[in-house]
Amino acid sequence: MRRIVYQIMPLSVALVAALLLGAAISVALGVPLDRLLHTLSSRFGAYAWGQVLFNATFLTFTGLSVAIVFRAGLFNIGAEGQAVVGSLACALVGIATGSWPLGLSLLLAICAGFLGGGLWGLVPGALKARFGTHEVINTIMLNFIAIAGSNFLMVRFFALPETVRTADVAARLPRLDLWLGAMKGSAANASLGLALLAVVACFWFLHHTPAGLKLRAVGQGLRQARTVGIRPGRQIMLAFFLGGGLAGLVGTNFVLGYKHYYEDGFTGGIGFLGIAVALLARNEPLAVFPAALLFGCLSQAGLTINTLLPREIVEILTGVILLVFVVTERIKQRQLSLQGRA
Amino acid sequence: MELALLFSVLAQMLRISVPYALAAAGGVLSERSGVVNIALEGILLNGAFFAVVGTHYSGSPYVGILCAMLGGLITAALHALITVTGKADQIVSGLAVNIIAYGFTRAGLRVLFQSASNSARIPAPEPGYLRLIPGGETPLGAVLLDPLFLLAVFLLLASLWFLKRTGLGLALRTAGEHPEAAHSAGFSVPRLRWLGVLASGVLGGLGGAWLAFVQHSFTDQMSGGRGYIALAAMIVGKWHPLGAGAACLLFGAAETLQIRLQGSGAPTQLLQMLPFALTILVLVVWVGRSVAPAAVGKPYDPERIDS
Repeated sequence: MRRIVYQIMPLSVALVAALLLGAAISVALGVPLDRLLHTLSSRFGAYAWGQVLFNATFLTFTGLSVAIVFRAGLFNIGAEGQAVVGSLACALVGIATGSWPLGLSLLLAICAGFLGGGLWGLVPGALKARFGTHEVINTIMLNFIAIAGSNFLMVRFFALPETVRTADVAARLPRLDLWLGAMKGSAANASLGLALLAVVACFWFLHHTPAGLKLRAVGQGLRQARTVGIRPGRQIMLAFFLGGGLAGLVGTNFVLGYKHYYEDGFTGGIGFLGIAVALLARNEPLAVFPAALLFGCLSQAGLTINTLLPREIVEILTGVILLVFVVTERIKQRQLSLQGRA
Repeated sequence: MELALLFSVLAQMLRISVPYALAAAGGVLSERSGVVNIALEGILLNGAFFAVVGTHYSGSPYVGILCAMLGGLITAALHALITVTGKADQIVSGLAVNIIAYGFTRAGLRVLFQSASNSARIPAPEPGYLRLIPGGETPLGAVLLDPLFLLAVFLLLASLWFLKRTGLGLALRTAGEHPEAAHSAGFSVPRLRWLGVLASGVLGGLGGAWLAFVQHSFTDQMSGGRGYIALAAMIVGKWHPLGAGAACLLFGAAETLQIRLQGSGAPTQLLQMLPFALTILVLVVWVGRSVAPAAVGKPYDPERIDS
């Protein structure tokens, strides 16, 4: 019983803290709570839930991306850049194969997204494995480079005149409102299925394959892994390749499922939110989707209240959830280990 | 004529290097005490925002400078609270603090300036003495005699003196190298680390003020990754205030080159990559020559539950 309380404590404390802070900000800016709640509840219908699923699809990919690299003991702050590169690759292959059979074009576009993100992710992995330079700074720098690079390629080669978007792709994933009429107009699409598949694949990879075991061994401690013959460098590169690839699959949601083209600047922080998702999921793939749903709700709530309050308040609350969560998680571990000793 | 061009390029380089140097010196103080400070990005951003708000509402840039230091201090205090008192992961805390700073400044822009992207225009400090000193009104003179520049140089030298020549500075470095030793010598490791992080907040806040005054306004995400680049400069500078300052001149030079090359036909977007690509490259070249403080990144926990 006590253990269960400890297990759910960090998340509940973090959510309560965020709700209280949100309420306090709302009151301080002169918006009464009942008005806020009324706006939230009246505008949170099936369409909004569809948008939550759409957000959660992004965040599942970037959350898994961060989590799998975390399992190898490293930080992937680069999901944002990997998502940019993967999505652009996805769109370009989709356009180039436009006249091919749709199924084949779709498959190739998805693979291109994974490969594009994966290769971009391989850069910090290789830098870490070969030179030992810090992946945190490298991935942040690579985000800026990816964004500027995508901007350059778009302006020079791929953007339609006077826009920041590419031509249309023919291969498309169906919207969910085809089956769920109530969600009409929402951007949620079949790439949600791909995201859930990725969750299961990551779980299976980490817990039921020798490669996943090696990767986790490296995350537990480089020296011990080395003594049993694991080469940490390879595992680090593998983790970053897979992580980058997962982030690159973000393109399936935006390009193939929603807009049907690539647009400069669409990622807007989903890579960073992926870090929050992975942390709350404690880097366990099966927990990534619920965590992604939580943050998906939060951003949709931000849009919903935007007429009353600046939606950026949601970013503040996201940060607060993270901070309170990591501190209470720490306290929890301490309590559990004290009990273990006694 | 060419000399005038040289001076104006030099002035531009110095102007660009100042926020890097302040943030990097802050990074040195924080990391030497044992706390990784990714939050420098948010500290710069909040520093800039507070500088603009303080100047806008008081009419005086000097009040703005004070507010910037306060903004940096508050941001750093949040990071210290989570990492030192809460003993949580320092990189996660830094990232979360940055997310909060992005959200806070954006929401602040909308609430105070009714804009999603930029604030009202603010005046920069223009001290009367510039007119009295020969050369004070040339581009280079205006930078060298800028009160904020003088303060920045003074603080860089002061932090060097503090780290190397005072007992407290020695204790602070010990907290980052071997916290148990600092503890045995009768110092409180958490207090030393709080001190290091708060100092980085004041320095970084001033760096933010500099950014705001150069641009005469606050714009969304105006820190633009400078806090992260400053951390790279700190590594290149071997966790030494002057070394970090010198490395910042290198990054300042790269950015100056980038600005000067704009309009020369080279694609702007590729030029924008320059400082970031340089950072990665420089770190690869420098690896092995620069050694981090031994206990940096590790929460100080005498009961040591996790290892």
